Amino acid sequence: MEKTATSTTPTEKSDVGNGTADAVYATPNATTPGQPVVFDEAICTGCDICVYVCLEDVFIPNPVKGKPPLILFPEECWYCGPCVEDCPHEGAIRINHPLQQRVRWKRKSSGEHFRV
Amino acid sequence: MTMFHDKGRIHNWPYTVRYGNEQRVETDVLVLGGGIAGVWAAIAAARCGARVVIMEKAATVRSGAGGAGVDHWQWAADNPASGVSPEDLTEALIENQGGYRNGISTYIQCASAYETLVEMERMGGKVRDTDGEFRGAEFRDDASKLLFAYDYTNRFVIRVWGADYKPLLRKACKRLGVRILDRTAATGLLTSGGQHGGRVVGATGVNCRTGAFVVVKAAAVILATSRPQRIWTFSSELRGLSTFRPPSDAGNGYAMAWRIGAKLTMMEKSMRSAFGSAYSFPAYGSGNAINTWYPCNIIDANGKAVPWVDCNGRLLESVSERCRPAEGQKFFIMGGGSSSLPHPGLKQYLGPKPIPDLEQRMLRGEFSPPFYADLTSMPDSERRVIWGLMVGNEGKTRIPVMKTYMQSGFDPDKDMLQTYDFLRGSGMREPVVPQERTFGESGVCGGLLVDWDLMSNVPGLFGAGDLVFGGQDHSHAAATGRYAGARAALFARRQAAGELCAEQIAREKQRVYAPLAKQGARSLDWKELNAGIARVMQNYCSEPKNDELLRLAQDWLMDIEENEAPLAAADNPHKLMRTLDVLDILTCAKIITEACLARHASSTHLHFNRIDFPSLDPPEWHKWITLRKGSRGTEIDDMPIAFWGGLERNYRPRHRENLEAMGKK
Repeated sequence: MEKTATSTTPTEKSDVGNGTADAVYATPNATTPGQPVVFDEAICTGCDICVYVCLEDVFIPNPVKGKPPLILFPEECWYCGPCVEDCPHEGAIRINHPLQQRVRWKRKSSGEHFRV
Repeated sequence: MTMFHDKGRIHNWPYTVRYGNEQRVETDVLVLGGGIAGVWAAIAAARCGARVVIMEKAATVRSGAGGAGVDHWQWAADNPASGVSPEDLTEALIENQGGYRNGISTYIQCASAYETLVEMERMGGKVRDTDGEFRGAEFRDDASKLLFAYDYTNRFVIRVWGADYKPLLRKACKRLGVRILDRTAATGLLTSGGQHGGRVVGATGVNCRTGAFVVVKAAAVILATSRPQRIWTFSSELRGLSTFRPPSDAGNGYAMAWRIGAKLTMMEKSMRSAFGSAYSFPAYGSGNAINTWYPCNIIDANGKAVPWVDCNGRLLESVSERCRPAEGQKFFIMGGGSSSLPHPGLKQYLGPKPIPDLEQRMLRGEFSPPFYADLTSMPDSERRVIWGLMVGNEGKTRIPVMKTYMQSGFDPDKDMLQTYDFLRGSGMREPVVPQERTFGESGVCGGLLVDWDLMSNVPGLFGAGDLVFGGQDHSHAAATGRYAGARAALFARRQAAGELCAEQIAREKQRVYAPLAKQGARSLDWKELNAGIARVMQNYCSEPKNDELLRLAQDWLMDIEENEAPLAAADNPHKLMRTLDVLDILTCAKIITEACLARHASSTHLHFNRIDFPSLDPPEWHKWITLRKGSRGTEIDDMPIAFWGGLERNYRPRHRENLEAMGKK
């Protein structure tokens, strides 16, 4: 498969308040949920097995070799989990349930509440 | 940074685009859809000595509703510990659906689910408690080491370690020489001489990453592309969360079969969605007491236990009693679930469940919300089997629930999982409005009309799994896939392949690539088209129905077909595949509307309410309505409910022939 990248690279810096910010682009709103999985760049080797197994084809390989895949169609994720299950590098990718799907639980002994 | 929109970066399409490039493949048996039914069909056909090709929209290693795993192997009445015969279980399942269940495919399931599971075991799948993890548990059969669910007395639903079944099945396909075309969406069926209703001679597909076209010539074709989702419930923002089954299930097989004149039936049935909606929670990921979580304790905010009752209304004292038939009941079919979800099933097969008047008692102050699923108070083996074997192997729960929740600190020995809408819903939630419907999220629904060979009225076109009318479940997909694979291989052996029609292929190619040419000021995205179709169905083909509403649905859908569908545009192969999906969804919506217009009576079991025909299940309408696209419009017909005749008599000789043929490899 052929991988090519044409990325516009920010070249200008503009002052925002006391600090500086990258160039400002005209981007559309992100779809929701925006990030169905989270990659750990320190562990992920960019092997693209998750790209291979995904039921909905939400990822594309990163144009930069060795980097985690790009999530191109985040709102299409079915949250089924084979991308995590079949990943050869434990911890490289984890499910990130949308905020509106986070479930709570209660510890029976103390009554404390926790959440995903 | 891994999001496409980070810092405004736009990337080139990462795969080489080959629109129009045509690949030709020839085979004996072509399987469309490589989910559970598809891979089992491919394995069976290959065992019969046939050359086999699978066309799969995603990647066969994990694709389909059961690709991520399975925990229940349903209706395995052929297992050595079963207290119910395949005949009795099939008859009960049919009766429990008021007759509207497929006797052919359900019998194949009940009579060969265990036999199929044993084959899974030979391919490396874990089926038995060989390590003695559950030694002493009342759901364990010590002779066979099988574990059972629901009815511990009659033992016909097997608990399995199915998380890795799909990769094992794919490996078996490879070993048997099955050729797998992954990321290739089937688009159309080809018939001999391009004739409508003629013998099937192959199919076309399009690669979802490269856009390349493929033509497969075959002597027999098996449709295994599951059921349409996204007919009523579709959220353009939460598309992946709008459905219980994979959102890619767009009814492609229904639309393809329809276009060449195959008969479909029970297309008028739809029901309120209990699982799939953008507003539900992760499946089996909130407190509940059904399926994977049966028979979990539910307690209120103060720790007060919600009592369970059997079908006679008798209060059950122990967890163990929730897994035994009631007095006067020979066996029960499932159970649990919400306290008040309407259940059209018969009392004689109704399993235990939490008290039906929980909501009223809560409003009177007897119970205090929120409620929790309390694994901590369950007997040790029940807790370990639910949060372990079951949640750990069911598709969509192993990683999204078990692993993810435990990483956040959830401990099944100490913690209680909160429920959401337990009072009125499936234990997951209840639809906010009745318009939030589903065609085939779970339960039995309409589909391809098949005979005892699992062949449709179109010669050479077979069906397997969820796409076959009136059947369902993982073991149904596996058993019918295996059976259809053998029947198709035998058909291919006896009947040489017909000839492809160049004109039919050219027409299909033109249809498939049309969305690429629609860039411009007046184009429409596939999501907007899908949402528009869903809105028509919500408004005019929901609850209740009448002739006027259904005709408006028909007009609207026809309008969309003429005016908006031609504007559907795609600018890469992925969106092209999604656009084609929505065009198939539109076809399915039209078929559903026609089927609803054709039934002039209401029906409890079909969840079908016609205000203009309020009479509920009158005997003269106790029949299947079949639909087929004829050369001059839709042809509507009917079939008697038990058209399949004797179960054992029809099944046995074919099953014997299948086993002999599969013995070749």
